[in-house]
Amino acid sequence: MKLFGRKATEGEILAGGENAIANKEVEGLSQGQIVRRRFFRHRAAVIALVTLSSIIVFVITALDTKIGPIRIPGWWKWTVEDIPELRYLDCPGGATGCPTFSINPSSNFGLGSHPFGQDDIGRDYFALVMNGARRSLMIMFVIGAVSGFIGVVVGSISGFYGKKIDSVLMRLVDFLQTVPTIIIAAVIGKAAGRVGPLFLALFLGLLGWTGLARLVRAQFLSLREMEFVDAARVAGASNIRIAFKHILPNAIGQIIVTITLIMAGAILTETALSYLGFGVVAPDVSLGLLISQYESSFTTRPWLFWWPGFFIISIALCVNFIGDGLRDAFDPRQRRRITKKDRLQAKLQNKAGE
Amino acid sequence: MLNYILRRIGVSVMILFGSSFLVYNLAAYASDPLAELRLSTDDGARQRIIALTRDLNLDVPPPIRYFMWLKGILGIFVGKFDMGATREASTVQAELAYAIPTTLRLVFAATFTALLIGLALGVISALRQYSRFDYGMTFLAFLLYSLPIFWVAVLLKEFMAIQFNNFLADPNIPIKWMVIMSIVGSVFWSSLFGGERKRFWSVFAGAFATNFVVLWAIDLTDWYLKPGLGPILIGILSGLAAIGITAVSTGLDNKPARNAALSMAGLGVILYYPLQRLFENNGSYLLIIALLLITIGLGYGSSYVFSKIDRGPIARTAILTGVVSGVFIFADRLMQSWTAYRETDAINYRPIPTYGQRNDQLESPDFWIQNLDVITHLILPTLALILISLAGWIRYSRGALLEVLNQDYIRTGRAKGLNERTVITRHAFRNMMLPLSSLFVGEFVGLVGGAVITERVFGWQGMGTLGIKAINGYDLNLLMGVNLLLSILVIFGNLLADLVYSALDPRIRLGK
Repeated sequence: MKLFGRKATEGEILAGGENAIANKEVEGLSQGQIVRRRFFRHRAAVIALVTLSSIIVFVITALDTKIGPIRIPGWWKWTVEDIPELRYLDCPGGATGCPTFSINPSSNFGLGSHPFGQDDIGRDYFALVMNGARRSLMIMFVIGAVSGFIGVVVGSISGFYGKKIDSVLMRLVDFLQTVPTIIIAAVIGKAAGRVGPLFLALFLGLLGWTGLARLVRAQFLSLREMEFVDAARVAGASNIRIAFKHILPNAIGQIIVTITLIMAGAILTETALSYLGFGVVAPDVSLGLLISQYESSFTTRPWLFWWPGFFIISIALCVNFIGDGLRDAFDPRQRRRITKKDRLQAKLQNKAGE
Repeated sequence: MLNYILRRIGVSVMILFGSSFLVYNLAAYASDPLAELRLSTDDGARQRIIALTRDLNLDVPPPIRYFMWLKGILGIFVGKFDMGATREASTVQAELAYAIPTTLRLVFAATFTALLIGLALGVISALRQYSRFDYGMTFLAFLLYSLPIFWVAVLLKEFMAIQFNNFLADPNIPIKWMVIMSIVGSVFWSSLFGGERKRFWSVFAGAFATNFVVLWAIDLTDWYLKPGLGPILIGILSGLAAIGITAVSTGLDNKPARNAALSMAGLGVILYYPLQRLFENNGSYLLIIALLLITIGLGYGSSYVFSKIDRGPIARTAILTGVVSGVFIFADRLMQSWTAYRETDAINYRPIPTYGQRNDQLESPDFWIQNLDVITHLILPTLALILISLAGWIRYSRGALLEVLNQDYIRTGRAKGLNERTVITRHAFRNMMLPLSSLFVGEFVGLVGGAVITERVFGWQGMGTLGIKAINGYDLNLLMGVNLLLSILVIFGNLLADLVYSALDPRIRLGK
């Protein structure tokens, strides 16, 4: 038994050759093209991207959307307000409102009128889950946007100007990091129950930017010492131009990756807060709230518990995988794994060249 | 260095002051502790309002009330420490004194177990980069990252406690499940060992057969009703542990180390019966600690017996083996009390609890039964916390090891002919632990805060439950107590992380 089996020996011998293969692939491409290529080569990330987009479209078009006075009808027949008749018959164990969704071809094949089942008073659970998923998605994107914006602005100012401004801003970051997020969010959430989920999202966004700010600051601190920044300065570029045109594009990879991580964390924070009763509160609906409401009925009516969980996990998983794909795509040191096929191809090309 | 620490502490105190001021006022203005009482038409309500206003100084505006609270806190320097009163007329100190050990017990158990498992999985995953195992671990880590803890907790309650207790009432594993469990287990082992197709399938077959036989033996002997290891199994397990530890720690060709480890394992078997006698009469933590010290002493002594030179690594191997076989003996003793524990009135044949931190009805004064009670109550919440923090450790340790393996000194080590084991354990692993050591502190602190939900789901009376109680009951002093403790933990955790990092890594100089 080899405990510490070496695998890459052959690859290491060929390391020089591999560099050539990898470099050849990116010859004459712009940074954006390289990143896009690398991202689309990451199979899991692409699958995640497609899944997430379909979930978003699916969730948003399912129910009615109100934009001011305009009302765009959704394709699902029930809404959250409807209270259709509760299904009593043919449910296992005498439960009520079980799902009508069936993949058994011999009986009741198809969706039926309540594919996810019904809640205690007969509301359609599919509509409730869609509504909850919509809330959670909205909160996730708002938190991502707010934290991302503040984090980038604070971090770049701090890193670019350094000195006094830097130490003041970094003490602010320290300060916010000492406040335990879940406690303070719970205090606000308790009060925000009256104000609504958008306020909650904005507030959580205001708390969540500290890690990103530190990261952007570190990037700016190292990048501003680079030769190309000096060159730009000598050429007469203004501070704003240097920051936005020269430094920020170099840091954008890490920023985007961190924002995806913040977003994946945000959906979990929101559901956790709602679960504790400090986030979204009834009559509003969110995925965490649904789980917390039906936690005790798991043994008798498990579908009330599975579906919201399924949506939380799929959304968070997709965002995480997209983040991973982006990290690989933006990382300049990251090279594609050179497979046997590539080596063979390179060899053939060399021969053809000779 | 001292200068640096003092300056950091000075800044931290300022930050603590600011953040507590902010939280205090935010909480005070966002909530009205008397709202419920004001709505009440009861006569007693007026009395309550007056009493509460007097006790908690509610007639003083919050910014000024904050300084009254701060005065109590600063009393720590003159010996009159006072964190204020809760709404139920007990003191915040008393509540915290009960809650802190509870949370720490939970978080310690979870962090260390998660660290050990996550580190092992991450390291193997990095050593087998781009293998099936690696991809599997990456997926597992992302899946665990995306799980809401309360959702996992409910599933654990249902399947690990309720269903498992049902299973224990009438234990017998159906053949179908034996096959499924064996297949899952052997897929794990064979992808862990990796290699070409032939090796993959031979490991698979071996693991499948072993798994199946073990499960079958467990089923036949009703092992989970009357569990126990006995001297023979302890001997086999300790022997395997001795070989495994030696292989990783010094390499199997180090003869003295191998002999020392094996003799420690043998010593464990020889001492099995005398130890049973000792455990029978008095079990206590003092005894356990004494035995641990003796084991360490014996391990150290065995390095003198087997070698004249280079005793450090030999002693290390022997001590590790000794501790592991000690753990086996300890586990065996706990298992012997399992039947007695199940049959107590308080447990009534449902040994895995879903709620609480202790069973209050359990009257048995027996040391082992009491410990079993603690352990069974720890299982579910610890498992939930482990699942959540495992993902981070797998990713961190994989990333850190890959980073280190790219360094020049690793190439130098290989070039000068060191074997792969030495390169990995001595050169790569130690350097990889540097960044992880500072992460560990952060993770620990984060878990203390993050245990809020776990505590609530499993009904533990810890810091998180206290915080929720404070928020729901508009109990400002209690909230501030929890908040202050968590903030202090974060600040000093960060300071400690930096200090540990600079102590371990000579390249880092703080305060320059």
